[in-house]
Amino acid sequence: MNIPFTQHILDNGLRVILHEDHRLPMAAVNLWYHVGSKNEHPGRTGFAHLFEHLMFEGSEHYDKGFFHPLQEAGASLNGSTNPDRTNYWEVVPSGALELALWMESDRMGYLLPALTTQKFENQRDVVLNERRQNYENRPYGLATGAITAALFPPDHPYHWLTIGETADLKAATFADVRAFFQTYYHPANASLVVAGDIEPANALDLVRAYFGDIPAGPKPGTVDATASVDAEIRLLLEDRVELPRLYLAWHSPPMFAPGDAEMDLVSDLVANGKVSRLYRTLVYERRIASEVMAFQNSRELAGFWQLIATAAPGHTLTELDEAIGVEIGKFLDEGPTADEVERGRVQAEAQFVYRLQTLGGFGGKSDQLNAYSVFLNDPGFFERDLARYERVTARDLHSAAAQHLRRDRRVALSVVPRGKAHLALDGSTLAVVS
Amino acid sequence: MIAIDRARLPAIGVSPTVRFPAIAKQRLNNQLAVWSAEHRGLPVLTFMLVLPSGSAADFEGYEGLAAITADMLDEGSGEKSAIDINAAFARIGAHLDTDVSSDATVLTMTCLSRFGREALSLMADCIVRPRLAETDFDRLRQLRLTRLVQIRDMPSAIADRAFMQLVYGAHPYAHMALGTEEALRQMTIDDVRAFHRRIFSPAFATLVAAGEISPAAFKTMAEEMFGAWEQPHAHSPLADPALAPPPLEPAHRLALVNKTGAAQSEIRIGEVGLTRSTPDYHPLIVLNMILGGQFVSRINMKLRQEKGLTYGARTAFDFRRGRGPFILQTSVQSDGTALAVQEAMNELHAIRTDRPPTDVEVEAAKAALTRGYARNFETAEQVARALSQLVLYGLADDYFDTFAANVSNVSVEETRHVASAHLDPARLATAIVADAALVGPQLTHAGLGEPVPLLPRL
Repeated sequence: MNIPFTQHILDNGLRVILHEDHRLPMAAVNLWYHVGSKNEHPGRTGFAHLFEHLMFEGSEHYDKGFFHPLQEAGASLNGSTNPDRTNYWEVVPSGALELALWMESDRMGYLLPALTTQKFENQRDVVLNERRQNYENRPYGLATGAITAALFPPDHPYHWLTIGETADLKAATFADVRAFFQTYYHPANASLVVAGDIEPANALDLVRAYFGDIPAGPKPGTVDATASVDAEIRLLLEDRVELPRLYLAWHSPPMFAPGDAEMDLVSDLVANGKVSRLYRTLVYERRIASEVMAFQNSRELAGFWQLIATAAPGHTLTELDEAIGVEIGKFLDEGPTADEVERGRVQAEAQFVYRLQTLGGFGGKSDQLNAYSVFLNDPGFFERDLARYERVTARDLHSAAAQHLRRDRRVALSVVPRGKAHLALDGSTLAVVS
Repeated sequence: MIAIDRARLPAIGVSPTVRFPAIAKQRLNNQLAVWSAEHRGLPVLTFMLVLPSGSAADFEGYEGLAAITADMLDEGSGEKSAIDINAAFARIGAHLDTDVSSDATVLTMTCLSRFGREALSLMADCIVRPRLAETDFDRLRQLRLTRLVQIRDMPSAIADRAFMQLVYGAHPYAHMALGTEEALRQMTIDDVRAFHRRIFSPAFATLVAAGEISPAAFKTMAEEMFGAWEQPHAHSPLADPALAPPPLEPAHRLALVNKTGAAQSEIRIGEVGLTRSTPDYHPLIVLNMILGGQFVSRINMKLRQEKGLTYGARTAFDFRRGRGPFILQTSVQSDGTALAVQEAMNELHAIRTDRPPTDVEVEAAKAALTRGYARNFETAEQVARALSQLVLYGLADDYFDTFAANVSNVSVEETRHVASAHLDPARLATAIVADAALVGPQLTHAGLGEPVPLLPRL
């Protein structure tokens, strides 16, 4: 099981990765820029994502919006921003590959001449509405921001959410756009995957023709920051919700670092699915929770491991916290069973294979190649990535959990209905959210 | 070196057309239909059990019965407890996905090919021999009641419910699969058992497979696992409750659900639409692409790209066996609610009067629908889902192979005709979930009328 590819570095620094797959007459173009909200600064948060929106507003040689010609060619397309990277993709009928490369290269090389204050202000309004829809108007929508703000200090780039603070978005100026583009949106800070029903030599010729002339920029410096939680932090957030929910978070290894795959597996064994330990105890047997889940947030500079449990009506977050403490305590004492380890391995393998089914889009093969390319400088990491999961032993999971899930080094956030602060864990103080 | 020209967009080359894989239709002795399509390339299999009864089959006063019945299937079988069953799924990296819509119950399982036998055998345990035990029922019911409590604070879910109740009145499409608190509270495990007996019969079901499996191998496996599935009693075909005629008019034109302090307004505008079997299906999907079915549609370009009122706006005809809804949906900033409703109404009106679909729009919409069609059949699960559409809506075996031609044959006149025939402004209803103190006066002031306060049944 692998994703075969060839890699080429153009003179301007653009990394190009080609992958053939002729099962369907489709081609995927997937372009990553190594910039995300971690490259922002306090007071100007949300800019990387706002900038992503501007990339869809037209460029010098086709200034009528990015979607029109591509949707008419049968493409599906999108983009997204997270703390570490921004990605853009098109999945097109193979006969429209050149069109997709034309469009992607034009906005990489010639975005600024087409940008206007009117476009900028319109997309800022759109993003403010995106923020209201997906965060402010959504139950528990502000919780993750409260968690990251507590785990990471104010000057740490994971302190804020990628969507940004409302005040910062309003303070962003059109003048900021040029500097951001020149710093981060150039070939030397990008990685391009062209995959699918392609003829590689021809695809490479097309890429050279369309991207080769775009001037290289200086490689942006890396971001360094550290954070730790040295005591338990208890926070409280009142929200328009009916049921109290407990968020627990711990610092954990960064993406691909030792312990990252282990903590990913620990989350499944502890809290995901009907056979996980916490679902069994809290939801199935004791019925004190209505849902429980956990996940390892793997990021470039640091990770965090998060557990979420919603109280069943009539039950308290204190009950939940105690029951969770007992179960995690057992896991830390005894480690996982052989059956659990085997289950984790099979599930990881299955997820890897399912992912190979899709050529383009979020999480498909082309996105995966770019993740390995941008974060590890190694597009061929697929098998070794899977091996991280397959070689895991009960002892590895046990020691990773014991190292990272210490009760005296966690953030515990209680989200409670408005006016019911007393439903939070004892000793909680108000969380800071915008 | 290839010469490039930035003065114009490159021509689009011809892409080979794809053919849908051959469909093998077989039947077991117990009448279970067994359909499959081979989809080679990766060691993945998807199995699906398709039943043509969903939440529209809930009896009046028992809203939520179809969904909780399907949810009960993996809660124990024979000697195996719910935990045993789910542990067995987890050991093969799979789980049973349950989807109850108004017209259907669909159970899906995707697995690595080497686990195919175990997967299908577990699926049979769940479908043919579920325990349907009272203690599991009590637990699931409580979880579903809790879900209903949580939905009270989800503006989008409230808006969906308010709209469907406004437009469908007493028709079975008026309620969501999750049901209502009152109905769930009075339900018993005996209701579930009776419903299961009535609906889960091999005579009504189709077992679907897609992936690395031949028709012969699939039939042998299906016979082994599902051959003993008996019809509970002699069945005549079930009457389809979805075919009941929906109301001609909505209960109110404009309804407002109050959410004090809401950060945005959730808006739904629409009416009773068409059945999946309408001869106007292809013209309508072309029309919808132009109106609100893609990013570059009129509605999204107006509300998002021109006015900046929303993160997105879209329309859809939800074609069902009965007449499903046509819905425009968006979430907008509170102070722009009336403007958004007016602009949306203008677009709905204009496309059937003074700004009908143009030649350019129709060509672009047809191209968008057909050129990228192949990507709908990339994964085993997508192929299985395609087969389930043939099952549920009685579509011909060559449906997917003739889709592009059928769309390409749609004329501009047909799109104009279906716009004026099926988007009836006299029947449009609007449901809004918003801070009423802010939004109510806005609507009235804009001449949209006095909104009726609404509390959707939950």
